[in-house]
Amino acid sequence: MLGPSGSGKTTLLRLVAGLETPTSGRILFGGEDATHRPVRERRVGFVFQHYALFKHLSVAENIAYGLRVRPRATRPPDKEIRRRVAKLLELVQLSGLGRRAPAQLSGGQRQRVALARALAVEPRVLLLDEPFGALDAQVRRDLRRWLRELHDRTGHTTLFVTHDQEEALELADRVAILNKGRIEQIGTPDDVLDRPATAFVAGFVGEAVRLPVELAPHALRIGGQAIALDHGLPSGAAALFVRPTDLTLAEPFGDNRLTATVVSVRRRGPARRIELAIADRLPTVEIELAIGRTVHQGQAVHLRLLTPRLFAS
Amino acid sequence: MRDTALAESAVTCWVLTGIAIGFLGLFLALPLLAVFSEALRRGVDAYLAAFDDPDTQSAIGLTLLIAAIAVPLNLVFGVCAAWSIAKFWFPGKSLLVSLIDLPFSVSPVVSGLVYVLLFGAKGLLGPTLSDWDFKIIFAVPGIVLATIFVTFPFIARELIPLMQEQGTAEEEAAMTLGASGWRTFLTVTLPNVRWALLYGVLLCNARAMGEFGAVSVVSGHIRGLTNTMPLQVEILYNEYNFVAAFAVASLLAGLALVTLVGKSILEWRYGHGLSAVRRR
Repeated sequence: MLGPSGSGKTTLLRLVAGLETPTSGRILFGGEDATHRPVRERRVGFVFQHYALFKHLSVAENIAYGLRVRPRATRPPDKEIRRRVAKLLELVQLSGLGRRAPAQLSGGQRQRVALARALAVEPRVLLLDEPFGALDAQVRRDLRRWLRELHDRTGHTTLFVTHDQEEALELADRVAILNKGRIEQIGTPDDVLDRPATAFVAGFVGEAVRLPVELAPHALRIGGQAIALDHGLPSGAAALFVRPTDLTLAEPFGDNRLTATVVSVRRRGPARRIELAIADRLPTVEIELAIGRTVHQGQAVHLRLLTPRLFAS
Repeated sequence: MRDTALAESAVTCWVLTGIAIGFLGLFLALPLLAVFSEALRRGVDAYLAAFDDPDTQSAIGLTLLIAAIAVPLNLVFGVCAAWSIAKFWFPGKSLLVSLIDLPFSVSPVVSGLVYVLLFGAKGLLGPTLSDWDFKIIFAVPGIVLATIFVTFPFIARELIPLMQEQGTAEEEAAMTLGASGWRTFLTVTLPNVRWALLYGVLLCNARAMGEFGAVSVVSGHIRGLTNTMPLQVEILYNEYNFVAAFAVASLLAGLALVTLVGKSILEWRYGHGLSAVRRR
């Protein structure tokens, strides 16, 4: 579940867990109505952004907690609990750290303990609330890959909440895009990136810039420039969403040409980004510059629009 | 650590420290010393003889009894109040928070008078109570009530900021792992506040044993029956029995010192487990 802050992702996740009560609607776990089941009977594994480990218990006891609080009849014997804890510690690659206190672990390690604790109760669904939100970029990337592997190995249905689209699009089989409490689109990462269902999705994923445009039959006008285009939308005001990969530098002649001025050239990771102004009052757009090409600030360039993503406004 | 931007000149620093220490010495340390020196003025034998008086013994016993009733009750009340205020939202919550502070803002004498007006012979409930032959005012139940009233903010006040700071995430984690509400409270909430709780109990106990004003109004000063230690000190003093008065007072002062040491140990050893407000 991906969306900007305040879009309701966490609330939705907490509703699924039973930590909040819905005012309307139902929550189904594989066909079974769980709407009125208390949280402790739902068998969900919940992982919190700030870990929520029990500070006064050791790592091993944190993981064992869900087994120890079971009623006597269903509680595994002590030996079995210890065996399962050891196995889970191994699964999250923390063998040998069972006796430590949570405070003695790094953020990434703590979140792995939280995950092991959630897995210990054999949940029907794993709910992760921005689990890597409090970690630094490198650890995030490593954990993301590790979580994906773990998921493939254990096969737990997992709901993952994040506001980081790179994380969502890399991890998920299916992505739900949320905005203002509504789901805008559910689909594969390819669906939401290549076939955005709404203007919001088009603007939210893929670093898109929204440009106001004017549509005429078979043509598109941007800030005084016009390009021929078959768009199939009604004439009038519309929004064009442009991602860095949607525009490319081109020769001055041919179809679909726009002229623009280079505002700045910046380094971004291994590539180089140039910021371009198509017209004075429009937001600037960015494109990636091919290696070996050079442009200067203030230079006029020609652009070709590769993929027009248009939504009537 | 001194913040260089805020550093004052050495003179200002010394003058301010000097004033603070001088003030503390004059108004706190000196009287405390006086208590012990007066108590021991006629030697250790006279000091110990003061405790042979049956009235004094009964006052000590009553004080212990009052604390033994008031502190556990306030412990239960304080934990309930702090738990509900810190972890839940309900209508009237801010009213409850202000009510908890009421005993701090009301003069103890007024608190005592309120009970007299309620339960006294001419009070609201007085006639009913005398029909049942149950005495509250000028008897032990009244002293217990007044003491509970005066000391009830201590534990709740200690727990509320800490519980609020800790939030509800750990409790929620415990619930998703299948723990019941009571189990969650015992295994997660309580261990997280145990040192703050002990700290609150210490303060509550010190006040329960030392309370004078409210108890004085409801007790009736019946020797050997309704006199607590602070009241006994006053009576002995008014009888010019200075050694005995100061001997009993020295016990209360000793209690204060023990509380202070216990409090310092808790702060030093478990500062992270107490409220963050105090740590700064």
